[in-house]
Amino acid sequence: MSKLQLFTKGILKENPTFVLLLGMCPTLATTTSAVNGLSMGLATLFVLVLSNMAISAIAPYVPDKVHIPVYIVVIATFVTVLQFVMQAYVPGIYATLGLFIPLIVVNCIVLGRAEAFANKNGILDSALDGLGIGVGFTLSLTVLGIVREILGGGSVFGWKFISGDGMLAFVMAPGAFLCLGYLMVLFNKIAKK
Amino acid sequence: MEYLLIIISAIFVNNILLSQFLGVCPFLGVSNKLSTATGMSGAVCFVITLATLVTYLINKYLLVAFGLEFLQTIAFILVIAALVQMVEIVLKKVSPSLYAALGIFLPLITTNCAVLGVAINVVTKEFTFGLPSHMLSLTEAVVYAFATSVGYGVAMIIFSGIREHLAMNDVPKAFKGVPIALVSAGILALAFMGFSGLVK
Repeated sequence: MSKLQLFTKGILKENPTFVLLLGMCPTLATTTSAVNGLSMGLATLFVLVLSNMAISAIAPYVPDKVHIPVYIVVIATFVTVLQFVMQAYVPGIYATLGLFIPLIVVNCIVLGRAEAFANKNGILDSALDGLGIGVGFTLSLTVLGIVREILGGGSVFGWKFISGDGMLAFVMAPGAFLCLGYLMVLFNKIAKK
Repeated sequence: MEYLLIIISAIFVNNILLSQFLGVCPFLGVSNKLSTATGMSGAVCFVITLATLVTYLINKYLLVAFGLEFLQTIAFILVIAALVQMVEIVLKKVSPSLYAALGIFLPLITTNCAVLGVAINVVTKEFTFGLPSHMLSLTEAVVYAFATSVGYGVAMIIFSGIREHLAMNDVPKAFKGVPIALVSAGILALAFMGFSGLVK
């Protein structure tokens, strides 16, 4: 597989949200607006790339029996770093995303890539894989955020172009399930052609 | 009275699955059959209550006492992973029948974000439940954790009932599998929105 393919496969063919169905909790919870979806995607991307690189570097020295706990500690370390960075530079976004930043630790995408890819590939390849999957995740979250923001508030990235209140249900919990369900149908329709 | 408010709020008003989106992966993954959904709910209930009790104590007497709050995420996930392992070993010895019922679901729970989510929530967030905003005491935290996991079970079991019926229906091709499940979950969440405002 070429280096470019390593990167691009995460965006469509192995899209974490629409194809692999991983990391559903942050996908549903943080996409109340386009900005929130984008920030959550980028936060996950950050952890994914760094943990993939670190794990591919240490994998040969980790005994097989304890590899899952070791990987989780590595991931948790990067998540803690991310928490500090976000608290310092983007406190507003950190407060909005709240609980879902520490919960990146248990995001199945991150541990999944460590298990399925990073522990048997080189550092550069693992970084590209993490970058691809992370970009795929960010794109899906942003798209979902855009759709929900338009339906729920009549705006995109905070820019209001439909006057009035919009349908509040789409910003709240039910809209998350409905929008993701219908987007998945659309994705299936287009991808299977 | 306050405990009753906590219980109603955690089960219906702020349902962990349908309004907080914690633990959605197993919600979609194992809700195909009523029996597995019940097993998973039982295991989650057990682990969430126990994990919250242990992490609450560790946070209060170890992390806060020594000024180590920045280790919260790492410490909690390790405690939960160890706890799940221990529960598995103890159950195997003490109650083989319960182990047979919950066994396969236990390892999955370590990466269930509901467990870590509730554990972090009770030590960092302020709750009201009809009173002035305050941090939860130990009993309140445990009651809250238990009620939350009961809410998880309620949503899970209702949803698996719906999915068992869906499996017998003629669903359009593009909707097959997860998409139709998500749309049904959306409608279920709409129904649960009817409880909002019940507890302030």
